[in-house]
Amino acid sequence: MATASVATHDTAHDHHDHEHHDNFVTKYIFSTDHKMIGKQFLVTGIFWAIIGGFLSILFRLQLGFPEMNLEFLRPLLGGWIDESGALDPTFYLALVTMHGTIMVFFVLTAGLSGTFSNFLIPLQIGARDMASGFMNMLSYWFFFMSSVIMFISLFIKTGPAGGGWVVYPPLSALEQAIPGSGLGMTLWLIAMTFFIASSLLGGINYITTVINLRTKGMSFSRLPLTIWAFFLTAVIGLLSFPVLFAAALLLVFDRSFGTSFYLSDIYIGGEALPNTGGSPVLYQHLFWFLGHPEVYIVLLPALGITSEVIATNSRKPIFGYKAMIISMLGITILSFIVWAHHMFVSGMNPFLGSIFMFLTLIIAVPSAVKVFNYLTTLWRGNLIFTPAMLFSIGLVSFFISGGLTGIFLGNSAIDIQLHDTYFVVAHFHLVMGSASFFGLLAGVYHWFPKMFGRMMDARLGYIHFWLTFVGVYMVFFPMHYIGIAGFPRRYYSWTNFEFTNMYTDLNMFVSVAAIITFSAQFIFLFNFFYSMYRGRKATLNPWRSNTLEWTTPINPGHGNWPGEIPTVYRWPYDYSKPGAPEDFIPQTVPLSATPESNLPHEQEQVKLEMEIMKEESEVLVANESKH
Amino acid sequence: MYGFLIAVGVLLLLSIIWMVYRIQTLVSVVKGSDKKIATGSNKINAILFVLFLLGTGILMFWYSIKEFDNYQLPVASEHGVITDQLFWITMAVTGVVFLITHVLLFIFPYKYQYKESRKATFYPDNNKLEIIWTVVPGVVLAGLVISGWMAWSDITAPAPEKAHVIEIMGYQFAWDVRYAGKDNVLGDYDYRLTSAQNSHGVDFSDKNSIDDFPSPVVVIPKGEPVLFKIRARDVLHSVFAPHMRLKMDAVPGMPTRFWFVPTKTTAEMREELGNPEFNYEIACTEICGRGHNGMRKVIEVVEPAAYQKWLSEQKSFIQNNPALAKGLESDVKELAEIQ
Ligand code: HEM
Ligand SMILES: [Cu+2]
Ligand SMILES: [Cu+2]
Repeated sequence: MATASVATHDTAHDHHDHEHHDNFVTKYIFSTDHKMIGKQFLVTGIFWAIIGGFLSILFRLQLGFPEMNLEFLRPLLGGWIDESGALDPTFYLALVTMHGTIMVFFVLTAGLSGTFSNFLIPLQIGARDMASGFMNMLSYWFFFMSSVIMFISLFIKTGPAGGGWVVYPPLSALEQAIPGSGLGMTLWLIAMTFFIASSLLGGINYITTVINLRTKGMSFSRLPLTIWAFFLTAVIGLLSFPVLFAAALLLVFDRSFGTSFYLSDIYIGGEALPNTGGSPVLYQHLFWFLGHPEVYIVLLPALGITSEVIATNSRKPIFGYKAMIISMLGITILSFIVWAHHMFVSGMNPFLGSIFMFLTLIIAVPSAVKVFNYLTTLWRGNLIFTPAMLFSIGLVSFFISGGLTGIFLGNSAIDIQLHDTYFVVAHFHLVMGSASFFGLLAGVYHWFPKMFGRMMDARLGYIHFWLTFVGVYMVFFPMHYIGIAGFPRRYYSWTNFEFTNMYTDLNMFVSVAAIITFSAQFIFLFNFFYSMYRGRKATLNPWRSNTLEWTTPINPGHGNWPGEIPTVYRWPYDYSKPGAPEDFIPQTVPLSATPESNLPHEQEQVKLEMEIMKEESEVLVANESKH
Repeated sequence: MYGFLIAVGVLLLLSIIWMVYRIQTLVSVVKGSDKKIATGSNKINAILFVLFLLGTGILMFWYSIKEFDNYQLPVASEHGVITDQLFWITMAVTGVVFLITHVLLFIFPYKYQYKESRKATFYPDNNKLEIIWTVVPGVVLAGLVISGWMAWSDITAPAPEKAHVIEIMGYQFAWDVRYAGKDNVLGDYDYRLTSAQNSHGVDFSDKNSIDDFPSPVVVIPKGEPVLFKIRARDVLHSVFAPHMRLKMDAVPGMPTRFWFVPTKTTAEMREELGNPEFNYEIACTEICGRGHNGMRKVIEVVEPAAYQKWLSEQKSFIQNNPALAKGLESDVKELAEIQ
């Protein structure tokens, strides 16, 4: 391959001088190597995904089999199982709350952005590491602290926070209202504070790294879409997480220091509280100012990963590279001005509702453009179904299914009926939950060889995919029907109402599907951990991909490239270029080396490129002579 | 026992995974397929996508048609008819997009599965296409939004003067209902006046409160506008009357409202559904604690004449409990007694 010759015009001995002598602690624990930090995020994220998934099985048992005797869970849940073997209703709410918090923040934010932004940004832009390895390490350890605190809160006597993952006050502010608003809520707030700090440290690093540390030739218009996605995600996070911090801080004041930001005119527990003048709706505005961008923080990296995986395995350039970037930019900006669509019936001014309805439906346009571009990328491709590719196609399917229901919810007149019903649950589990989860899995299957130098087993990957893909639809698709029928969210049981006293069979079906889908994830876990040690050895570029990470050694050390960092001469999507002998041309191959496949405007760039290369070799020679 | 069974199940599952894994690795090594770009599995996966499309497609149509009457709640308010219409228009539009995109998404994998002899088409962009599929969804969405916006403006417009005023107050874990009485004006309240006898915290020194009365059921007249004044005493709740297509949060410290015109009496709906037990219900849709799923209130829609009759039979708070008027100024007291 032509790649290697450019990438490794070698100064390997140069690097040996400052090779790190890592011991166990600096290598695996307090590591400042972005690759190790990425893996730390991944493993922690997987841990949380198991916990979060398990919690959902617990409450699905309650919803699918309300009569079931849960005595066998007593060793685990203790007093939360009452004498008759039923789950405690308060604990049910706590389970839902923790499930949401864990999935949205710990798995799909930290587990996804944390893993892949860290792992891929330096590798794909051609950098030795993040701008600040130390801050990066702090970012993980803040996340770790946050995880420990959140985990502890699962086991305290009064139970974890139980006001829904949005923790709306006054419920979340008043211990009298629900036991989870005592110590559990305090721990939730502390954990989230650490989490926000972690996100900000990570985000600043991602942004700085992408802006400053791109290798020679890696202009913004040559960045892989993964990097664009991680970059914009970090920007969104940086601008929105501080607002969540503000919301949480005011909540802390209300809870502990007697202020009335969110509290007003409350009579509870036989007592009138002194607070007046606060507004619970204020909290909702602040929360959703983060909350809506958050759904894109979760989704954009998954879309970025998908773009890369689909292009590679279609052996075709991603269709509409520029349109994809513009769509993502559009989503980034618009995501900040649609938050109040979560609040159409919160009591806010209906005029605001109208405004946010218009803005919300505008954001559907760039989302639609992305879908059409994915479809066109598949069109007349030469598709190779690696597990990563399967999960990416699955993601596109979820993105369509869940995105379309967003058009119902974004219409305030229709949302009156659907708000806080299972229709919303179906919507966001497909578009945000499942789509992002599939992005995460696609990423793991695709970059596993780079992470661990070995391959995951493809056949197990296929089984995992089909069980999960069918399973997810069996779990979430029926929820649309239940939602249209008006079943409210966060209900412990539906037997108290005539209008919801049906669909016990459908709920049972959903629960069984959920249990099967959850179990299928153990195939992945086995594959992941087994392949880490015993998988087939990876080759240098197993997917025959164009991006820079595949020019590093199979097991890259700290610093990524043993020699010089490679220079980039083209965009990352030169797949199946007419005239080229192979169906891919890595970014490191100069245009001047491929006269047979250059497009007319590229032919013009060749001259420019020659000059750069000449300059470069002069520098190289100068360097050599210093030794 | 359960624990043991689960442990056995998990063990079994793990060993099966393990065996399948070992066997198929050996097979693939023997066949040398681990070195190929695309193995036989490529074809199987391509076919599975088509099967998935057919299978789930059929399942979806079958279930959607079979269950239609179950999930489609009967509607009993004027604006509800309109929002339902919007819902189904949106369903038609998105349904078409859903089907087309999914057919393409799952047929392409079959049609364009890897062949060593073929090369993919190098097709990086086409600005015309991009513009088309930016503008077309934009226009369609604009249509949907504008119709939604018109409905929304009507629904949220101020209630007609003559609307019957009813206060619905949420607390953990029930709704309390207060009628405005003959003057159709609710008396003031102050949450600090709340007590066991005065759950609404009504300020009885306000003349408007004298004829206010409570009711265990929300009785409303068919065909006349009704205004719910909604508030909460402790945490957030949300009034949800599914058959009325009505939902509005109950917020402590910030009264909210929702007005509507019921179109079918309870009796008519019972007949229509062939269910003599049927009741219109109110549920809570904002998480509020342990009893969130039990905040039920019944709405009874009656003919206007029956409504007037019912109104005249109700006793005010003060008539029910004269002690509430204690300590009031004498002229107010007098008024209360005449009532
Ligand atoms: C096509 C574009 C989309 C539109 C028009 C849209 C619209 C909406 C609306 C209006 C709601 C509030 C519904 C209600 O509570 O009554 C909602 C809820 C939600 N959406 Fe979307 N959405 C879109 C895409 C997304 C995406 C891409 C994600 C995630 C990546 C997402 C995640 C969520 C979540 C998590 C909720 C639930 C919040 C909660 O109530 O707890 N949405 N969506
Ligand atoms: Cu949103
Ligand atoms: Cu409630």
